[in-house]
Amino acid sequence: MKKTNNIIGVIVFVAALLLPVIIQAPYQMHILILVLIWAVMGTAWNLLGGYAGQVSFGHAAFFGVGAYAAGLLEFHLGISPWWGMILGPVLAALVSLPIGLICFRLRGPYFALAMLALGEIFRLLFTNMESFTNGAKGILIMPAITDKVFYYYSGLLMLLVTVLVTTLIVRSKIGYYLVSIREDQDAATSLGIPTTLYKNLAILSSAFFTGLAGAFYMNYVAFIDPHIVFNLTSISVMLIMVVMLGGVATTWGPTVGAALYIYLGEVFRTTLGSANVLVFGILVCLIIMFLPNGIVGEIGMLKQVVTRKKTSVKEGI
Amino acid sequence: MKFFEARDITKKFGGLAAVSDLSFTVEQGEIFGVIGPNGSGKTTVFNLISRFFPLTEGEIYFKGQQIDNLPAHKICALGIGRTFQVVKPLRRMSVIDNIMAGAFLRTSSVKKARQKAEEVCEFCNMRQYENYEAKSLPIPLRKRLEIARALAAEPELLMLDETCAGLNPKESEKAIELIQKIRDNGVTIIIVEHIMKVMMGISDRILAINFGKEIAMGTPQEVASHPEVIKAYLGEDYA
Repeated sequence: MKKTNNIIGVIVFVAALLLPVIIQAPYQMHILILVLIWAVMGTAWNLLGGYAGQVSFGHAAFFGVGAYAAGLLEFHLGISPWWGMILGPVLAALVSLPIGLICFRLRGPYFALAMLALGEIFRLLFTNMESFTNGAKGILIMPAITDKVFYYYSGLLMLLVTVLVTTLIVRSKIGYYLVSIREDQDAATSLGIPTTLYKNLAILSSAFFTGLAGAFYMNYVAFIDPHIVFNLTSISVMLIMVVMLGGVATTWGPTVGAALYIYLGEVFRTTLGSANVLVFGILVCLIIMFLPNGIVGEIGMLKQVVTRKKTSVKEGI
Repeated sequence: MKFFEARDITKKFGGLAAVSDLSFTVEQGEIFGVIGPNGSGKTTVFNLISRFFPLTEGEIYFKGQQIDNLPAHKICALGIGRTFQVVKPLRRMSVIDNIMAGAFLRTSSVKKARQKAEEVCEFCNMRQYENYEAKSLPIPLRKRLEIARALAAEPELLMLDETCAGLNPKESEKAIELIQKIRDNGVTIIIVEHIMKVMMGISDRILAINFGKEIAMGTPQEVASHPEVIKAYLGEDYA
């Protein structure tokens, strides 16, 4: 089983490398790059929301901080926004620290609500600090590189690094502790796990990679305003949908979810016009009813049924 | 220096004193039983020792160190493990992963934690369930998993909360065997239990409480024949 998984992995990776050679239409490339950005964000969210079980409705805050870090470098100091790829994630991680210290006093839905409020606070803050952020007018930069192939490969590299780091975290002691906290916080405490510390570690790394995606978005799209990058529905909530569709607490779930979600979104948008949101509503209901563990999560279950193995599923712990 | 000592511990929930002025000591290597009718404060005592609740008054010492001011997760690191009356398995993790979560307290290497977990699994006779998801286990095995998980953290003092409750006679016999095996390995045990037969059989000393206060303390026979204990369990007429 592990061998076939490796073979599939290699095939997908080679296919991902060759895609820009096959697809040359700028629109198709654009969609692929968006998929990569969302896959990075989904993987980052999954660490906190999937493995540690702390569902965040406010990841737009980290995404926006990353994007603005890159944009404001150019806007105020004239420094290349590519330096934002370093500054953005670091700032997002720094921002997450006080947030974690305050919000992790809350559990479950209360934490989710606190994070939701946080995302909105950041949106309003960046809209109103006009002298610093240029307010609702947003920030427009002139990208030095316009070749989409370049963005595709750097996005792919970013995704690989994110998946690699999260996988290393998940397979280590930290990963076991995060899942323990998700499953039962009291039991985890009784086993000597400092739950607040580990939850803060999770939000720190989650915010870091979300900020990285934000900085990359700024560089690629070249225009941001607070209503785009701090948006509750089209960033924070959509992020949760991406991970849920793909598979919560699985390695590749967020990537699969991002690919499906972006492509479905484009198909619905072009065929149904403004009714596309309705279809998404129905889709969410269907996922919850029939694929509660997401596509990658349920594949494990299906395999189990086919091979009639009694042992439990490894994916999705 | 006493191995474990609780001095005048009191816990008030609003106006209700769940535990009041309770003092006891536990010697190294013994099985110390705590009995009492429903709602007498047995589990609260555990929650006080493991720092899930803050004390209202009193002091708790473990191997000479005052522990009632430490955060809850430090208690386990000092060597006091516990199980829960209402079992709390890490539901979507396999049995071995559950035990590994306990073993990680003493090591950071996944390999060593797995090795330790396998040893503990063997010790608790759970090897054949190693890869089962915890939520798929029946109650007796869930209770045993609680003990295994606590043991993996290598406690010197283990607090067992109603390990035999809800088990049939055969299953509780097995549980008792396991508890004695744990003690023979040098772990001191404080046990809360409802079933008198179990308590009489394995405890070295028993503390009986009612309404959060001590009503009797001594060997199982002394406690069982104590008029206050009989009154608490069977009523005024039998005392």
